[in-house]
Amino acid sequence: MTKEIVKKAFIKSIPIMCSYIFVSMAYGIMMAEAGFSWIYSLGISLSVYTGAFQFVLITFLSSGASLLTVAVTAFLMNSRQTFYSLSFLDEFKGMGIRLPYMIHTMTDETYAVNLTLEEGKDKKDIMFLIALFSRVYWMFGAVLGGILGQFITYDMTGIDFCMTALFLIIMIDQWEKSKNHLPAVLGLSVALLCLLIIGPQNFMLPALLIVSGILLLLKDKEVNNDDN
Amino acid sequence: MIISMILVSALITFGLRALPFLIFKDGKKMPDKLMYLGKILPSAIMAVLIVYCLKGVITSFNYSELLAAIVVFITYKWKHNTMLSILLGTLCNMLLIHLF
Repeated sequence: MTKEIVKKAFIKSIPIMCSYIFVSMAYGIMMAEAGFSWIYSLGISLSVYTGAFQFVLITFLSSGASLLTVAVTAFLMNSRQTFYSLSFLDEFKGMGIRLPYMIHTMTDETYAVNLTLEEGKDKKDIMFLIALFSRVYWMFGAVLGGILGQFITYDMTGIDFCMTALFLIIMIDQWEKSKNHLPAVLGLSVALLCLLIIGPQNFMLPALLIVSGILLLLKDKEVNNDDN
Repeated sequence: MIISMILVSALITFGLRALPFLIFKDGKKMPDKLMYLGKILPSAIMAVLIVYCLKGVITSFNYSELLAAIVVFITYKWKHNTMLSILLGTLCNMLLIHLF
C-alpha cells in the first residue's frame, strides 16, 4: 500500500471524520451521563459499531430492557444496511481475508463514500482504509467523549451536518452522471411519504422495501414490453 | 446482562450486514433481479438517506439545516468542489444554530 493510496483514502474520509468524531463524542458523553465508563463506550463502538442504534442502546442498558427488545430494535434499525451489501457483493468478495472487516464496517457513511470511488486497481485498498479510518474516528470520539465530556464548553452543535452535505453532493453527482432519474425521484418521494406517515423513527426500512418493490415491478413490466 | 445485550446487538448488526454474503457465498449466483437492484438502488438509497438526515426540517421545523442544504446545493452546482461545499454548508448550519 503506497503513501498515495493512504493519502487518497484519508482525503475521502475527511467528511466522515468531521461527522463521526463529533457524533461519537456526543455518544461517549451520553454514556458517561448514564453511568457507563469510556471502556463500555469503546467496547460497544468496537463490537456493535452502528450510529443511531448505539444511542438507543444507552437507554436499553440503563433501563434494563429485555434481550428481545434489544434484538428487535437492532433488527429494525439496522436492516437497511442489508441493502447496502447488495451493491458491494462482488467487490467485497474479492477482498479475501478483509471481507469480514468490510462487512462489519459497512455503515451509511462508508457505503456512501465507497459509491464515489473510481474503478481501478487501488479501489479495494482505498475502501479498506476508509473503513479502518472511519472506525478509528468513531472509537476515538466515543472514548474522548467519555473521558473529557464534562470539560468541553464550546458548543459544536451542527457540525455533524457535514455528512448531510456529503450525501447531498453524492446525490447531485449521481444525478448528473445517470440518465435514469427514476430511482432517485422514487427514493425521495417514497421516503418523504413514509416519514410523514410512519414518523421519523422507523421510516427508512419500509421506504427501502417499497422503493425496491416498485423498481422490481417496473423492471418486470419493461421486460414484458420488450418481449411483445 | 449488559454484556449479553451488547453481544446480541453486535451479532444482529453484523448478521444484517453479512446477510447477502451468507446467502450468495461461494459459487452461488445472485438472481438477475438482485443484481439489478444492487446496481440501481444506490441512487434511491442516497435519496432515502438525505430524507433521513433532513427529517428535522419536517418533524421539528429545523430550518437551519434546510438553508444549509440549499447552500450546499447552489455552491456545488456552481463550483463542483466537494470540500468547499461541505465547509460552507456546515458553517452555515452551525452559525444559524448559534445565532438564532
